[in-house]
Amino acid sequence: MSILVNKNTRVITQGITGATGLFHTKQAIEYGTKMVGGVTPGKGGTTVEGVPVFDTVEAAVKGTGANASVIYVPPAFAADAILEAADAGIELVICITEGIPILDMVTVKRYLEGKGTRLIGPNCPGVITPEECKIGIMPGYIHKRGHVGVVSRSGTLTYEAVYQLTVQGVGQSTAVGIGGDPVNGTNFVDVLRMFNEDPETEAVIMIGEIGGTAEEEAASYIKEHMKKPVAGFIAGRSAPAGKRMGHAGAIISGGKGTADEKVVAMQAAGIHVANTPSEMGSTLVKMLEERNLLEKCRS
Amino acid sequence: MNIHEYQAKTLLRKYGVAVPDGAVAFTPDEAVQVAERFGGRAVVKAQIHAGGRGKAGGVKLAKSLDEVSQYAKELLGKTLVTHQTGPEGKEVRRLLVESLSDIKKEYYVGVVVDRATGRVVMMASEEGGMEIEEVAANSPEKIFREEVDPSVGLRPYQARRLAYAIHIPTELINKTATFMVALYRAFVDNDCSIAEINPLVVTGDGNVLALDAKLNFDDNALFRHKDVMEFRDFEEEDPREVEASKFDLSYIGLQGNIGCMVNGAGLAMATMDTIKYFGGEPANFLDVGGGASEQKVMEAFKIILSDSGVKGILVNIFGGIMKCDVIANAVVAAARQVGIDRPLVVRLEGTNVQLGKEILDKSGLPIVGADSLAEAAQKIVELVK
Repeated sequence: MSILVNKNTRVITQGITGATGLFHTKQAIEYGTKMVGGVTPGKGGTTVEGVPVFDTVEAAVKGTGANASVIYVPPAFAADAILEAADAGIELVICITEGIPILDMVTVKRYLEGKGTRLIGPNCPGVITPEECKIGIMPGYIHKRGHVGVVSRSGTLTYEAVYQLTVQGVGQSTAVGIGGDPVNGTNFVDVLRMFNEDPETEAVIMIGEIGGTAEEEAASYIKEHMKKPVAGFIAGRSAPAGKRMGHAGAIISGGKGTADEKVVAMQAAGIHVANTPSEMGSTLVKMLEERNLLEKCRS
Repeated sequence: MNIHEYQAKTLLRKYGVAVPDGAVAFTPDEAVQVAERFGGRAVVKAQIHAGGRGKAGGVKLAKSLDEVSQYAKELLGKTLVTHQTGPEGKEVRRLLVESLSDIKKEYYVGVVVDRATGRVVMMASEEGGMEIEEVAANSPEKIFREEVDPSVGLRPYQARRLAYAIHIPTELINKTATFMVALYRAFVDNDCSIAEINPLVVTGDGNVLALDAKLNFDDNALFRHKDVMEFRDFEEEDPREVEASKFDLSYIGLQGNIGCMVNGAGLAMATMDTIKYFGGEPANFLDVGGGASEQKVMEAFKIILSDSGVKGILVNIFGGIMKCDVIANAVVAAARQVGIDRPLVVRLEGTNVQLGKEILDKSGLPIVGADSLAEAAQKIVELVK
């Protein structure tokens, strides 16, 4: 078991003939992901990397039975791509694109209400269930199959956490990048709930950053419902107020969304928060040891 | 992107948001010319990209054309220090000259995107002229909110509900609601990230006016707003940030002495945090992006080195798709070309990390290696002491 994606997930790439879409489709196929097709309007009927290309998502779903889609189209067209995927009945849409206008995402979020589509991202590295299915831009080889769930707003910090676990022999059930934008499809709480119910996941690393209140909401969920140990890290303790730190959502505004507030809320919920990103892995390993879970997590 | 108050008012006027009569002035003569329209009774407002201008002496009430001229001379070229400018302040280069309003009462109206709900929210309060954060902290019950469903927009009934809640005089409820709906339309039409009217005023002659106006725009959406782009004032921006944006680098200047170059925004923040954790002070935030190509690394070095406050540099790259040996070659080539004259600590992790480290070692450059971010941060903090 795992969450969101596994070896049976049938994936199409939206924007498959663009440089980024093509490169990562190839990488996904090499990793073993069941890539079944792609979409680029005007390129329907062709084949790239051995998979068929369609003009519309609807045609791709009909032709391949795809149930997941990954989006690499440029920011100006990405919101439309998400809506097209949802309209075609795709269950899981993972949007990698960075730089989508915020109000486009406000419209997308409203459209997705009540629909059977889950959106991950945008502005995220994607989702990976090690050794089964890699959807996104993360380097596959740093991952190892196992029992720790990882959820994060930052791409490279996710890689850091995963790598630290892997070198210590601790594998991951699924790693989910929820993205660095202020309005996104899936939040910490959604992913934590899935990890909580996933029998294969024994513990979780949650990586947040300044801006918004998603970490505080996650902490309150963890306090109330989480049955599994959670280690965490918050980036941006040294960030000045009022400045966007790279990610559109990483900003302290009106004195709200500081790292300190988040760390306090997380600690109060029993999350062990690492002081530096170098200690994300070891902080979790220590928690596993204390709960006699380390051996299982290394198996 | 941020714009000046006078630009915001120009834009809002097009949407039917009522603002006082006035115009921009770059010289005292121009200021006098504008004030002649109001018989010399005018307010002269310094235009800088920061709030708190009134308290810092940047807003003057003139009773005659002579006073307008005198205040304009006083303000133009002056460096205003407000709680939002930082200690170095900002030089005043433009003025807004407006007719005086007969203010009966001040209110607050703001529009933002609420992250928790993913919706646009209009907020209103009776506590006009005060910072909304202060009101939120001290008397949150005085802030009223209307969440907007994007499929129908802000409805007039919602605007009226806000107007009643903040006790707008009954005879002006409809005028206020019209103002609010127009403000919402301006916000969404132009992809604003913040629209703040503080204060909104009710005047003696029965008008509802935006006495001040602050608009911020979503940078991601500027591509579809060429007219808004024309409002950009480069003199208000950090020249290093402007330079970095040309190369698609995300850079924020800070006060410390350790320059940072990192791939990924989260890791870049975490690198600054780690420097601080070990007693150092980061000089900047800099994300070179996932690729970290030689060209980008070189431009990043140049921008970091242009800051004379930088006493040492920490490069922290997680090589994923882009392998460590490729990154190491880029760092070495860029360091040679630019000529690094300050201590440089490089921490690489990820694919082909051993190869990458060998390339750094064999380069003959005085590069200090490190195995973890914690170790790298400790080393650079020690080296700049």
